[in-house]
Amino acid sequence: MTKHQKVDGLANLDRRSFLVGTAATGLVLGYAALPEIKEAFGATSASLEPTVWAAIGTDGKVVVTVGKAEMGQHIASTMAQLVAEELEASWKDMSVVLASNDPKYNDPVLGAQVTGGSWSTGMNFDAMSRAGAAGRLTLIKAAAEMLGVPEGECFARDSRVHHAKSKKSLTYAQIVAGGKANKTWTPDEIKAIKLKTPDQYTKIGQPLPQIDIPSKTNGTCKYGIDAFAPDMLYGKLALPPVRYGATVKSVDDSAAKKVPGFVKAVVVDDKTGTTSGWVVAVAKTYEGAKKAAAALKIVWDKGPYASVSDQTIIDESRRLQKDGTEGFLFVRDGDSAAAMEKAAKVIEGEYLTSINIHAPMEPMNALAFEKDGIWHIYTGNQFATRTTAIAAAVAGVDASKILIHQQYLGGGFGRRLESDMTVPAVAASKAVGKPVKVIYSREDDMQMDFTRPLTYQKVKVGLDADGKPIAMEHDVIGAWPTKRWGIPAFLTPSVDKKGSHDSFTVNGADYWYTIPNHTVRNFENKLAQNATPSGQLRSVAPGWTFWAVESTMDDIAHASGQDPVEMRLRLLDGAGANAGGDKPQTAGGAKRLANALRAAVGRSGYGAIKLGPNEGLGVACVSSQERASPTWTACVAHVHVDPSSGEVTLKKLTVAMDVGTVVNPDGVRAQIEGSTLWGASIAMLEKATMADGGIQQTNFDGYTPMRMSQMPELDVSIIGNGEPAVGCGEPAVTVVAPAIGNAIFNAVGARVRSLPITAEAVKAAMKA
Amino acid sequence: MTTLNINGRDHSVDVPHDTPLLWVIREHLQMTGTKFGCGAGLCGACTVHLNGEAVRSCQTAVSQAAGKKIVTIEGLHPKGEHALQRAWIAEQVPQCGYCQSGQIMQAASLLAKNPDPSKAEIVEHMNGNLCRCMTYARIQRAILRAAAEMRGV
Repeated sequence: MTKHQKVDGLANLDRRSFLVGTAATGLVLGYAALPEIKEAFGATSASLEPTVWAAIGTDGKVVVTVGKAEMGQHIASTMAQLVAEELEASWKDMSVVLASNDPKYNDPVLGAQVTGGSWSTGMNFDAMSRAGAAGRLTLIKAAAEMLGVPEGECFARDSRVHHAKSKKSLTYAQIVAGGKANKTWTPDEIKAIKLKTPDQYTKIGQPLPQIDIPSKTNGTCKYGIDAFAPDMLYGKLALPPVRYGATVKSVDDSAAKKVPGFVKAVVVDDKTGTTSGWVVAVAKTYEGAKKAAAALKIVWDKGPYASVSDQTIIDESRRLQKDGTEGFLFVRDGDSAAAMEKAAKVIEGEYLTSINIHAPMEPMNALAFEKDGIWHIYTGNQFATRTTAIAAAVAGVDASKILIHQQYLGGGFGRRLESDMTVPAVAASKAVGKPVKVIYSREDDMQMDFTRPLTYQKVKVGLDADGKPIAMEHDVIGAWPTKRWGIPAFLTPSVDKKGSHDSFTVNGADYWYTIPNHTVRNFENKLAQNATPSGQLRSVAPGWTFWAVESTMDDIAHASGQDPVEMRLRLLDGAGANAGGDKPQTAGGAKRLANALRAAVGRSGYGAIKLGPNEGLGVACVSSQERASPTWTACVAHVHVDPSSGEVTLKKLTVAMDVGTVVNPDGVRAQIEGSTLWGASIAMLEKATMADGGIQQTNFDGYTPMRMSQMPELDVSIIGNGEPAVGCGEPAVTVVAPAIGNAIFNAVGARVRSLPITAEAVKAAMKA
Repeated sequence: MTTLNINGRDHSVDVPHDTPLLWVIREHLQMTGTKFGCGAGLCGACTVHLNGEAVRSCQTAVSQAAGKKIVTIEGLHPKGEHALQRAWIAEQVPQCGYCQSGQIMQAASLLAKNPDPSKAEIVEHMNGNLCRCMTYARIQRAILRAAAEMRGV
């Protein structure tokens, strides 16, 4: 099971004081390592600024600094909503700014600036709530002093402190202007603050309008691609034909020199290994840079992976699985081999998922320049801590000399956990001595994506004479994206202590069903790891592990003559470790997943509605993202299959998700809508392929995410029950594909085990 | 020199005639509300109006735009309060938001001609505009809301 260790020790809030104090600009609130408020506030306001998590201006406006990537999940608004709840600030007074890469903005749990895993809300809930509460209590104390009334008789509401008896009140603006709101909260005092109970919430649970949305309707929201600098030049990539491993042998720029405004062809010398064989054509305009890049005559050594294809990757995965010796144990409950011997019936399945491309609508880009010894980088990034290190290595400076100006992300989905976009920007700027904005073309973006890896899985289940599953063996083989990062803390020791492995490629296989004798092994396909540099794509491993697990669950149900819903409910009995509760987020365990399943099934009309010919309903339920941070999610898919062609029409998806505490119900709904469709898109429409070491799809003609006309009907139910808040941006991605696969089986008896599901595969499985 | 009339103002730009209008608007004139998505007319992120018609600015040479009225997201309404923009906020449509300028410009060209579009007409008109966050259901609702409001329903 995955255990997250801190990437560094900088942000351990348990050891940090919380400061509330008056500065020149207004009231500032922030966690700080400095024990004494005098030390912090004795400093100039400029050096004070980076520690500030929130500030209240003399106009009463509250600005929350958010160290999370804002990529459409409205996480900045969510953080502001948590602060506002305890601060008792009016929503109209709230605004957000995106934090720089200063380590002081690191995630309080992870100890790094990284946004992913649907972790943000759950991991920051407590820190943001306590920050707001400390602010409120400090303001109340100051107001009481200003009004000359006992502190205990005052309360805060709507950005104002009220004294009920005297009917006097002061606005936050007035209190800030009074300059008396100063307090250093010790770590123990912060911990002792009694936070609101859910019945006291006035903002959490409300569909407050997202702060960033108006700017996204009038063109004013600034993304990385929208950054400018004086004397800025443009960079366009000239890329090798292989995804990775090429080196530049020669560059002939004689034709490029004829392009007006051409400045230089820069060969990227990337010692971080993030890129290989890249050349940047630098010119005064982007269209000039594009023409120049096309005019460059570059000779590459294609390197060692120029013959890698989907088939060679799959062949290697099959070999590894058969060989078995290179697997790392992720789950070992009981003795699956012995139990399998005793099984009355054995079911086996081989599952494949294709390479998938993130393709956020904003292609990768970065603007970089050095000024007065500091490298300034404008980009939208999900992993500022790592991007800082990579940019520093390329610039040849210490990480403290890198300042990332975080911008809004025109889509993240895990793509912007990578730092590659900063590499050509820094290298080119260094080479020409001017600011350079590198904009990937869509072709560059797709061909150099850090893709969802091609995965191969083998599942074997043993049933007893009554059709009860008594053993399950599950092997997962693919590239290991997180291992590529080279951060030991993100890896997980194998169950048998044989070594560390990338559990982000196997999460989900440690499901919540009660099935004795369970073995899960994780294999690194090194050929794929080297040739494809893969990455985290929205939902990561549960996007493939649940494809295998939940398809298998239906296999078991059909093989034993059980209803797939009733069988799942029986196996989600919450016995033993599946009772949950080892962590606050797992409270309720398997029974909450059973409940979500019942909700989706009930909403869908499963068993009650009349289906047309060749139509089917299929169910799946998942505990994405990780066993330690489950979001209980269930889906019922309603499909029609054309038996003559195998063509599948996705009619409706019914999703129910238990997110514990619902911070913003409309925001949660938006995330579920988007991620459900993303799941459907990956299940049926998106496929990338590798041939001759290169990704073959280059634009939205060859790689085809869902369009409006392909959208099924959606029915979304959100379950909130006051348990700790968990993430909702990814989990629905993982539940859709198996629900569709199971629906196809129920419609026409065809079992498809490869993603994406194609008409040909359905047709072939119907014949089989 | 090419003179472009954008949002009611003339701009003189010195660029080759085949330069895509997109780059002139975005990078030369720094009106960044219009977005680059694919450079091939496949996604609609760069949609602007040319004499009232929705066009892909990445596929429109600057020479084709000269002498015509160009409207970008910044010029759709002087205060950003076109019925569609208000509907986009009311329905909380944008997630990452990157494609939404193009979505709104595409939708505006529909409502200018068809004040009461059916859902099928909306899908047909909007199908060329990709949204990777897949906010399609909300886009549909926002267009219906804006259309109803513009009709005074």
